[in-house]
Amino acid sequence: MACPTAPAPSSNWSMPASDLPGVDGLAVYVHWPFCLSKCPYCDFNSHVRESVDQVRWRTALLADLAHEAMLTPARTVTSIFFGGGTPSLMPPETVAAIIEGVARHWRLAPDAEITLEANPSSVEAARFRAFAGAGVNRVSLGVQALDDASLVQLGRRHDAAEALAALELACGTFDRVSFDLIYARPGQTLAGWRSELARALGFGTGHLSLYQLTIEPQTRFAELYRRGDLVLPDEDLAADLYALTQEMTAAAGLPAYEISNHARPGAESRHNLAYWTYGDYVGIGPGAHGRRGRQATVRLKKPEAWCESVEAHGHGLESETPLDPEACADEALLMGLRLAAGIDKARFRRRTGRALETVVDPAAVRDFTDLGLLIDDPDTLRATPAGLAVLNSLLARLAR
Amino acid sequence: MPAAMTTDINLIRNFSIIAHIDHGKSTLADRLIQRCGGLSDREMVEQVLDNMEIERERGITIKAQTVRLEYKAKDGKTYVLNLMDTPGHVDFAYEVSRSLAACEGSLLVVDASQGVEAQTLANVYQAIEHDHVIVPVINKIDLPAADPDRVKLQIEDVIGLDTSQAVLASAKSGIGIDDVLEALVTQLPAPKGDASKPLKAMLVDSWYDPYLGVILLVRVVEGVLKKGMSLRMLAAGNDQTVERVGVFRPKIDYIGELGPGEVGFITAQIKEVAQTRVGDTLVETKHAKDAVPLPGFKEVQSVVFCGLFPVDAADFEKLRESMAKLRLNDASFTYEMETSAALGFGFRCGFLGLLHLEIIQERLSREYDLDLITTAPSVVYHIHLTDGTSMELHNPADMPEVVRIDHIEEPWIEATIFVPDEYLGAVLKLCQDRRGIQKNLSYAGTRAMVVYELPLNEVVFDFYDRLKSISRGYASFDYHQIGHREGDLVKMNLLVNEEPVDALSMIVHRGQAEARGRHMCERMKDLIPRHLFKIPIQAAIGGKVIARETISAMRKDVTAKCYGGDITRKRKLLEKQKEGKKRMRTFGKVEIPQEAFIAALKMGDEK
Repeated sequence: MACPTAPAPSSNWSMPASDLPGVDGLAVYVHWPFCLSKCPYCDFNSHVRESVDQVRWRTALLADLAHEAMLTPARTVTSIFFGGGTPSLMPPETVAAIIEGVARHWRLAPDAEITLEANPSSVEAARFRAFAGAGVNRVSLGVQALDDASLVQLGRRHDAAEALAALELACGTFDRVSFDLIYARPGQTLAGWRSELARALGFGTGHLSLYQLTIEPQTRFAELYRRGDLVLPDEDLAADLYALTQEMTAAAGLPAYEISNHARPGAESRHNLAYWTYGDYVGIGPGAHGRRGRQATVRLKKPEAWCESVEAHGHGLESETPLDPEACADEALLMGLRLAAGIDKARFRRRTGRALETVVDPAAVRDFTDLGLLIDDPDTLRATPAGLAVLNSLLARLAR
Repeated sequence: MPAAMTTDINLIRNFSIIAHIDHGKSTLADRLIQRCGGLSDREMVEQVLDNMEIERERGITIKAQTVRLEYKAKDGKTYVLNLMDTPGHVDFAYEVSRSLAACEGSLLVVDASQGVEAQTLANVYQAIEHDHVIVPVINKIDLPAADPDRVKLQIEDVIGLDTSQAVLASAKSGIGIDDVLEALVTQLPAPKGDASKPLKAMLVDSWYDPYLGVILLVRVVEGVLKKGMSLRMLAAGNDQTVERVGVFRPKIDYIGELGPGEVGFITAQIKEVAQTRVGDTLVETKHAKDAVPLPGFKEVQSVVFCGLFPVDAADFEKLRESMAKLRLNDASFTYEMETSAALGFGFRCGFLGLLHLEIIQERLSREYDLDLITTAPSVVYHIHLTDGTSMELHNPADMPEVVRIDHIEEPWIEATIFVPDEYLGAVLKLCQDRRGIQKNLSYAGTRAMVVYELPLNEVVFDFYDRLKSISRGYASFDYHQIGHREGDLVKMNLLVNEEPVDALSMIVHRGQAEARGRHMCERMKDLIPRHLFKIPIQAAIGGKVIARETISAMRKDVTAKCYGGDITRKRKLLEKQKEGKKRMRTFGKVEIPQEAFIAALKMGDEK
């Protein structure tokens, strides 16, 4: 199977970093909190419900959207992202209504990236055409693994054949397709991952998200892990798996542009780049986070509570917290260094009100530069591939 | 207040109880108090005498306590029985000797199934040295495993005491309590002393009471001690006016005076225990000029030293204040300020022994809520310099340059270990590994008694823990110091990433250095987390590396997923890490967590 890649978006975001799309644009995140079942590794805000009052939910999401639009007038929306939960369970009419709402409240860029996360099951695949009709031009499929045994272990409802069929259909339906895989799974070997990744790259999508399995607190896996019933690869194997991933994706023309995200140049997720370049984004729906101006917004997590709040107050906000420049700088630092292109210093100062040099420990920068983990250019600060693999430790010493 | 009247000396019996931990000393004491009506059942908290939290938990006595009991004997007379409870650990051997000096006899309490232990033995020999009449009490005779005849035989064999008069008892079940009291009255001699002579009393112990100030526990030897008297403490060299005179029944009872042979307490205007000396002689100021002190007085000397540092540098003042408070009640604990490149500001502290060290450390963390780092315990070395002078060294950091040292002497002890036969081999190997010299090996039934001479620095270094683990807790251990001897000693440094970490340097015997160094390196390798670069860990003597390990560089530490919803959480984590950095000690570029110091210096499990 081959998936034709859509023409690259208008600009190459990575060179130079200051010309990123979305710099002054606005990203819109829409959270759909419902799933048919909970996956044992997932700690996202997802809930299983017998039935959902679709009209009520559509109305509430549109109201929540309108509230944010009121507070961020005259902006250009460069991306919309439907995440979850399982947004591919949304009625396509709801998706269409929200996209229309965005276009009505703001200016929607003509080349806006509109992504929907989808499960690669036959039921959801049947709706792909309708989603495309609603305006979705990019899907991100939660394939997660390419063999049935692993899919069962990960608690997925689809099998490998179904996923591949969905992937093929998606490639024929949407301009841009990405899919997720989870690796460094219990018992996974270097050789096993090598062949699985080779197959994945063979599908020819322009974008791939490759996540190492992480044990999140309060998940089924966390409990199994605690009991010793789930054993993850040790640090050395995890590092080898990571290195192999970098090497194979780069060779296939999809180098990492972020820790876990790989794309053909130009096929990067513009919406996620807004997070990593510390752009503004509004988040609507239960538990959604947003950054508007220097305010952090959080919405009520529980679906019913969020819905009732929207109906009572016109929005589902739980809190709006002003962020001081130090907090903004920390956020921009920890997000920006995830990118292979690193942090654009001029943009950093513009977005946070702080010069990057005043935020990081110069001794640590020197040490890490000497160790080949960091590159400090006049215009950018970025982690090398070796540095990206140990970014958390880098950040802990860099931040002061 | 009752009329001031001293007790007829012939009706006084002063005694102490000698027992191994768990052989029932405190329970027996409680029963005796109860039987003599000292406390009602309601007031009877279990184990009245051990009143410090740590004492109760560990079942050991740290401060000497005393109780005055009145017992109407079968001969129709009412006797005053003074029970002196003695500290039950070798660290407090001197305090024990003073308590014993204040008595004429002892109850030797031995568990009917366990038999004699090393600690019992040491105290019994001390009691014999003080000419005590010793009444063996075989306790816990109602337990299924009790074998009183075997234990009696053991007492005769090992200690050489006549057991024909031994009392069979079960303090827990109240069996034989009257027999114990009768034995005290009939077997123990009355004290001797002349009430008409000038006062001479021994200071048995002293402690701080928040209401009464410092309380002095005394035994009157000659003369009469009265309220209002002006006293001179001969060794401490200061005069005090007696404000209160009393006894513990065990509740405080103020009586006007104490006559010869009596045990009681006095208070005066004394603010700190450090103003008093255990074992000191008290006389009337007016007779002080030609007074001859009682024999046996010794200045307390610290045997074991270590550094105590606050985990959080901001706690330094709190630590200083807390130590000052502890010292109010424990003059045998000494401290002076110390700075360490590794650990910042702290104190170099001196202790009577390892248990004493542990108690102080535990009280600081428990009662004063302090997180502490304790450096490796050190003993006192005598360093003889090439210029003919000499110095005492108890901190490896103060070690003079090697070229200036002629030779070094280290303290030695004689250790007595009781161990069941099956663990004997392991115990002998341990003593041998620790440079021990075997002096004696004999058997008492299935238990061996081993006497070894050992360098004290080998003992402070986890010897107890090892002994306990190789004998599954069945070995008992006791020791006394036998002076300094020359040794081939060197200072071993630990280098992390080429930087010496002063808190981890130690003085070791050259023959042990390599093994000890290797062990330290292995421990630190496990304790220091991987860094972004590789870290060599080396043990070195002077410039010579004797052991080496390497912590390989970290290869993977990154969050796989991080999107819009995760930013706040990740920022908070980063803020926490910034905060956590304050608790890290940085050496060159290496961050060593506090836990690493604590665990490395514990040295509990040798491989």
